[in-house]
Amino acid sequence: METIYLAIVLSPLIGSLLAGLFGKVIGRSGAHWVTIIGVAVSFVLSVYVFKHMVIDGGESFNGTVYTWMVAEGMRLEVGFLVDRLTVLMMMVVTFVSLMVHVYTVGYMHDDPGYQRFFSYISLFTFSMLMLVMSNNFMQLFFGWEAVGLVSYLLIGFWYKRPSAIYANLKAFLVNRVGDFGFLLGIAAIAMYFNTLDYAEVFAAAPSMSDATIEVFEGVPWSALTLICILLFIGAMGKSAQVPLHVWLPDSMEGPTPISALIHAATMVTAGIFMVARMSPLFELSETALSVVLVIGSITALFMGLLGLVQNDIKRVVAYSTLSQLGYMTVALGVSAYSAGIFHLMTHAFFKALLFLAAGSVIIAMHHEQDIRKMGGLKKYLPITYWTSLIGSLALIGFPGLAGFFSKDTIIEAVHASHIAGSGFAYVSVLLGVFVTALYSFRMFFLVFHTNERFDAHTREHLHEPPAVVTVPLILLAVPSVLAGYWIDPVVFGDYFGSAIQVSASHDVIGHLAEEFHGAAGFILHGIQGPAFWLAMAGLLTAWYVYTRQPDLANQARNRFSLVYRVLQNKYGFDRFNEIVFAGGARAVGWILWKLGDVLFIDGLLVNGSARVVGWFSGIVRHVQSGYLYHYAFSMIIGLLLLLWWTIGFVPNG
Amino acid sequence: MIVPASEFVMILPEIFVLSMACIILVLDLFLKDSERNISYWLAQLTLVFAAVITLSVDPDETQLLFFGTFIADAMGAVLKVFIYLVAGLAFLYSRHYLSVRGLFKGEYYVLGLFGVLGMMVMVSAHSLLTVYLGLELLSLSLYAMVAFNRDSYPCSEAAMKYFVLGALASGMLLYGMSILYGMTGTLDIGLIADTLDRGESSVPVVFATVFIVVGLAFKLGAVPFHMWVPDVYQGAPTPVTLYLGSAPKIAAFAMIMRLLAESVGALQSEWQGMLVLLAVLSLGIGNVVAIAQTNLKRMLAYSTISHVGFLLLGILAGTPAGYSAAMFYIITYALMAAGAFGMIILLSRAGFEADEIDDFKGLNQRNPWFALVMLILMFSMAGVPPTVGFYAKLSVLQAVVDLDMIWLAGAAVFFSVIGAYYYIRLVKIMYFDDPADDAPLASDFDLRFALSANGVVILLLGLFPGSLMALCSQVIP
Repeated sequence: METIYLAIVLSPLIGSLLAGLFGKVIGRSGAHWVTIIGVAVSFVLSVYVFKHMVIDGGESFNGTVYTWMVAEGMRLEVGFLVDRLTVLMMMVVTFVSLMVHVYTVGYMHDDPGYQRFFSYISLFTFSMLMLVMSNNFMQLFFGWEAVGLVSYLLIGFWYKRPSAIYANLKAFLVNRVGDFGFLLGIAAIAMYFNTLDYAEVFAAAPSMSDATIEVFEGVPWSALTLICILLFIGAMGKSAQVPLHVWLPDSMEGPTPISALIHAATMVTAGIFMVARMSPLFELSETALSVVLVIGSITALFMGLLGLVQNDIKRVVAYSTLSQLGYMTVALGVSAYSAGIFHLMTHAFFKALLFLAAGSVIIAMHHEQDIRKMGGLKKYLPITYWTSLIGSLALIGFPGLAGFFSKDTIIEAVHASHIAGSGFAYVSVLLGVFVTALYSFRMFFLVFHTNERFDAHTREHLHEPPAVVTVPLILLAVPSVLAGYWIDPVVFGDYFGSAIQVSASHDVIGHLAEEFHGAAGFILHGIQGPAFWLAMAGLLTAWYVYTRQPDLANQARNRFSLVYRVLQNKYGFDRFNEIVFAGGARAVGWILWKLGDVLFIDGLLVNGSARVVGWFSGIVRHVQSGYLYHYAFSMIIGLLLLLWWTIGFVPNG
Repeated sequence: MIVPASEFVMILPEIFVLSMACIILVLDLFLKDSERNISYWLAQLTLVFAAVITLSVDPDETQLLFFGTFIADAMGAVLKVFIYLVAGLAFLYSRHYLSVRGLFKGEYYVLGLFGVLGMMVMVSAHSLLTVYLGLELLSLSLYAMVAFNRDSYPCSEAAMKYFVLGALASGMLLYGMSILYGMTGTLDIGLIADTLDRGESSVPVVFATVFIVVGLAFKLGAVPFHMWVPDVYQGAPTPVTLYLGSAPKIAAFAMIMRLLAESVGALQSEWQGMLVLLAVLSLGIGNVVAIAQTNLKRMLAYSTISHVGFLLLGILAGTPAGYSAAMFYIITYALMAAGAFGMIILLSRAGFEADEIDDFKGLNQRNPWFALVMLILMFSMAGVPPTVGFYAKLSVLQAVVDLDMIWLAGAAVFFSVIGAYYYIRLVKIMYFDDPADDAPLASDFDLRFALSANGVVILLLGLFPGSLMALCSQVIP
């Protein structure tokens, strides 16, 4: 099996290297063929591993492939931990990645950076697989940084656009904040456990639950809480939780396939995956879980609200992603890890679908992204229309579709939880359902229904994009409908086995499982709950306001102009960061430049020492006169100096 | 007073070098100018065979010979082999320089071989008298070599200064030795050590030690006994500077080991203080003043002074680790110095000395390979990894840090950082300035080959310093 795991990881890497280094040689079609084959191999082998592990009941694998170095008892290794959690992630990553590869053939058709793009997305697949398959923190960090790097490269893929460069710099800097916390967390683990291996850390964790650390003098903190919060700060950066979410909307400057692959389906879920993987640690710290829960619920509700005022089709979907990531984080916070991962999976399918559908609209509209200039596209883009409808319904949690099962489980889990902050979280996620339905269908109606608001020229060229674009849409629509029915084993069954550990006092899923009687019963139960009616209310509101009474939206905007302005400014996060952090950093930089560089280093050290040397060598030159008797005299002085110096050392001298 | 024949076998290398030097001296009289190569090749062969003989008579155990005046040990054998190697390099590099200036005469090689003999005696001396004999044989050869180009005014001046100051230093050394003899009643280094180990250190012994240290410091060129170094390095013909700046340093190290570490080892706490003073002064003055130089030979002279500071750091540690670090340092330094002066010879031609720093301008455009060799040499002198100079400095510093003399190590690092400036400035001049002239470099194959090998060895020793390090720590008693 080890060979298969290696092949899964390495085949996208090989594809990426071929497309990247020999792109000119193998040409455009060569580039997409090698990378698609590479990812397809990964996907097929992942399916095989899935069959081996889940259907045939094979053992999970935990082994080292290569030892990089051993330093003071700490082993730095490359190794794989493949259990049922991993294999689920591998399936999602390789499947979505394969769809995006195919779709890219159509979307990037005329782009001059075609080979480079394929090289990047294959490299991303490699990095993401390294991340999820890791069995130690070192490799986790490698994968973590590698996906961050590819994300940076891809957001700035159109590097001649100033806005793209601004966006990728922003993503890079914000992620630096998260990664710094993450790195500190790993360092703390290395300090307390003296190993970076997952299994060893998890085994030793319960005995560390009483360890404390004084970060500030006299205030002892639980070491595990500190470790978990630091790790979660890393997750907040990568999974775009408030307040480190600001990079994700801007990341939409990248090409749409990237938005689908990296900034919706896979990379941003790395944080969710990581916290689930670390469940044995998080379970030991209720404080950390509460932090996770509160951050998640704030993200879920308030980022959804921002989706209401956006007019760029991709940004609406981006804020929806933020909000859904919040839902997943909430699930982690109430120890419903399996529900979080389940929502991660269903979300990957329908969000990738929504992004690719948005991309399809954008292609058809000749790279117009403003939904105010669309409308009535239903008759021109039937496939896109129907797949979008499925995606949107799945997103709002329409009973029977994938999103319904995962989201309802999360809401029920929050309801059942008694952890600090769960009351606030419950209100947030319920309101979030209404908001989700409202912004999703606002966009849906404005794009596909209502009057056509574009010119005749655009209308002439309006037609469904080619099959490489629509086939992935259809293929992604299938799991968006069906994936939910897998809820029984994944969430309530023992699918994850020992991969996820929940302590008995937090076991909300176990509590829910007692009342679970099959998918049909779950649907029936869901229809009676508040979440379903809130979603329906949101949908109807969107229908009424945007198709029947378009003036109502304007009136509401004028009536609540303060709220509108707050939302339009995204709660001022960007402004705050620009003034405090960017401005502060520039101010510090200016001070360091003036004081440190100009005055101290240049002035004092460089020019100062040059002056001292000049002065000193002037004196020495004077002594080094060339006269023999001066030289002899200096020797005599030296002799006397040594005599004086040494005789002083003899005690009775 | 009968000496068994087996003891004469142990000094075969010395006998061989002496005989060959005499043979070449006589033979050279009968050679025509066009046949001088014979003297050169004989001198080189002498060194090769001396190495072979030294290695074959190398005893497994330390032996005292000739009533305790001569010692045959592993450290001596290793140092001698490196002395032959470096002296051989000096002979090789010099041939081109001497022949284009009409200086290609047998005297250089004869004097050089007598100097080698003197160094051999210094390395193996085990009596104050033998040490002095070896030292004087070396010094007299060097005085004559500095004055070798007797028509040149700077050469004569340098030789004169060197001779007078050297005589003064020898006098001080002898004075110290005589007090030591008076206090202990013996000239045998081992017996002196035994006597001092038993007794309290008295003021006269410390007094004697000061004079001995002064003699040694002069030989090494440590501040404030360094004044002769820049003048002699600059004034002497480059091949002589090359000879004088490399192999004798190894012999001086041996002399320090015999005199300080062995004979007055009991007074370590006293001479450690003196060496600290000399080391800090040498590091400071050597590095800072080197920056102000425009003449490359003079700059290298100050660089030598700063390297002597590092050498003293290893010795003053007084531990086996310190001694072996110092030995590693001095051997690799001799190789670097030989290479650096070899580069000056490579760039020189008749009527052009190439000893100004500006003469290296744009060397990279004229000859990238030798610019790279010089870069390796300069980086190694500055102590930049992965060249060997880095490991030499590192091991010396480690020995000092092990003594808890952190401030001293810090000072050494501080001054090396200052020192790095003038080495790297040369690299900058070679790579980023435009060439001032584009005359071709000396084209002798042996010179080019040996210089290339010299640079590569400096790099390789830096990448794989283990075996030489192990050798050094193995032979230190």
